[in-house]
Amino acid sequence: MAKTVKVYSTSTCPYCIRAKQFLTENNIQFENIDVSADHAKAQEMIKKSGQMGVPVLDIEGEIIIGFDKERIKQALGI
Amino acid sequence: MTNLYDVIIIGAGPAGITASIYAVRKGLSVLVVTKDIGGQAAWSGDIENYTGYQFISGPELAAKFEEHLRKFNINLKENEGAVGINKTNEGLFEVVTTRGRYSSKTIIIASGKRSRELKVPGEKEFKNKGLTYCATCDGPLFRGKTVSIIGGGNSALDAALQLINLALHVYIINNTPNLGGDVVMRQKVISAKNVTILNNAQVSAILGDNLVNAIRIKKDNKEKDVAVEGVFVEIGLIPNSEFAGLVEKNELGEIKVDSYNRTNIGGVFAAGDVTDVPEKQIIIAAGEGSKAALSAFRYLAEKE
Repeated sequence: MAKTVKVYSTSTCPYCIRAKQFLTENNIQFENIDVSADHAKAQEMIKKSGQMGVPVLDIEGEIIIGFDKERIKQALGI
Repeated sequence: MTNLYDVIIIGAGPAGITASIYAVRKGLSVLVVTKDIGGQAAWSGDIENYTGYQFISGPELAAKFEEHLRKFNINLKENEGAVGINKTNEGLFEVVTTRGRYSSKTIIIASGKRSRELKVPGEKEFKNKGLTYCATCDGPLFRGKTVSIIGGGNSALDAALQLINLALHVYIINNTPNLGGDVVMRQKVISAKNVTILNNAQVSAILGDNLVNAIRIKKDNKEKDVAVEGVFVEIGLIPNSEFAGLVEKNELGEIKVDSYNRTNIGGVFAAGDVTDVPEKQIIIAAGEGSKAALSAFRYLAEKE
């Protein structure tokens, strides 16, 4: 079964764009959360990751900070 | 026997990407090793001086560069920074990266610059916990908050122009008597209602619990804490040239090049912000990258 993937991002950060591109290229569905527009979600991201840098990926509960391609692949099993 | 490339290009900012495109179009075999794609251009805010674009954002221009690069079948190693370059007994070069070793006939160093660090207590601990070196990326997270920008040059002004529209209040901590940078940007920043400029002030510590909640400032020999939730460090740049022990550099660590982008080592070229080229601009870096590739091509043609 496909894993639930959330991407906490801002529209201006290059690594957020890259991370989302990477997911799309690999046919991974994800929920994009723009933390610059949604203050509550920004707080949720800070709480989950313990930091304020974007992107943060939540892959079925596994938190990955930054566009860490290897860890993302591992978490998704691709 | 490992692959022997005509040219290894270190870095994929405007200089490295342009060099790659020119080298490939000249029929050279190219390997690009780079920590990231887009370089500093990807972190820039609004760009209004790249010919052909009256207005484009840094991430958009970087994406266009990347798209252009990927149009060609270039061997590209991402997330892989150079840690050393060596000359072999056969007159070839070896580029050592964080993941491997590669051989080539020539090298183009286009590794750019990175943000200078403050080197004060709290900087490391609070990195990405309120302290950031990229206003473009992280600025939107500070909507409605009080933030500080450390620095007084163009990069500080660029950060300020992005943040005055988002943040509740912006402190600019500048260690010289007056703000520097371009007049147009400076005027916009000075006239903003939610900006406080503290000149002749130094940051001595970053404070907080889990996240930043204040900075300690020294001004007129007095220390005081200013409550802020964000710290944007914009105190200039240093060249990514440490790995290039082989080549001659100036007192700033920039690689010395002549007008053909040649370093003091035959076969090693350099381009863009990592070099001592006067003026660091995206369009200049791109132009320098093309020159370096054409020089490498000519060097190879003359040798063979």
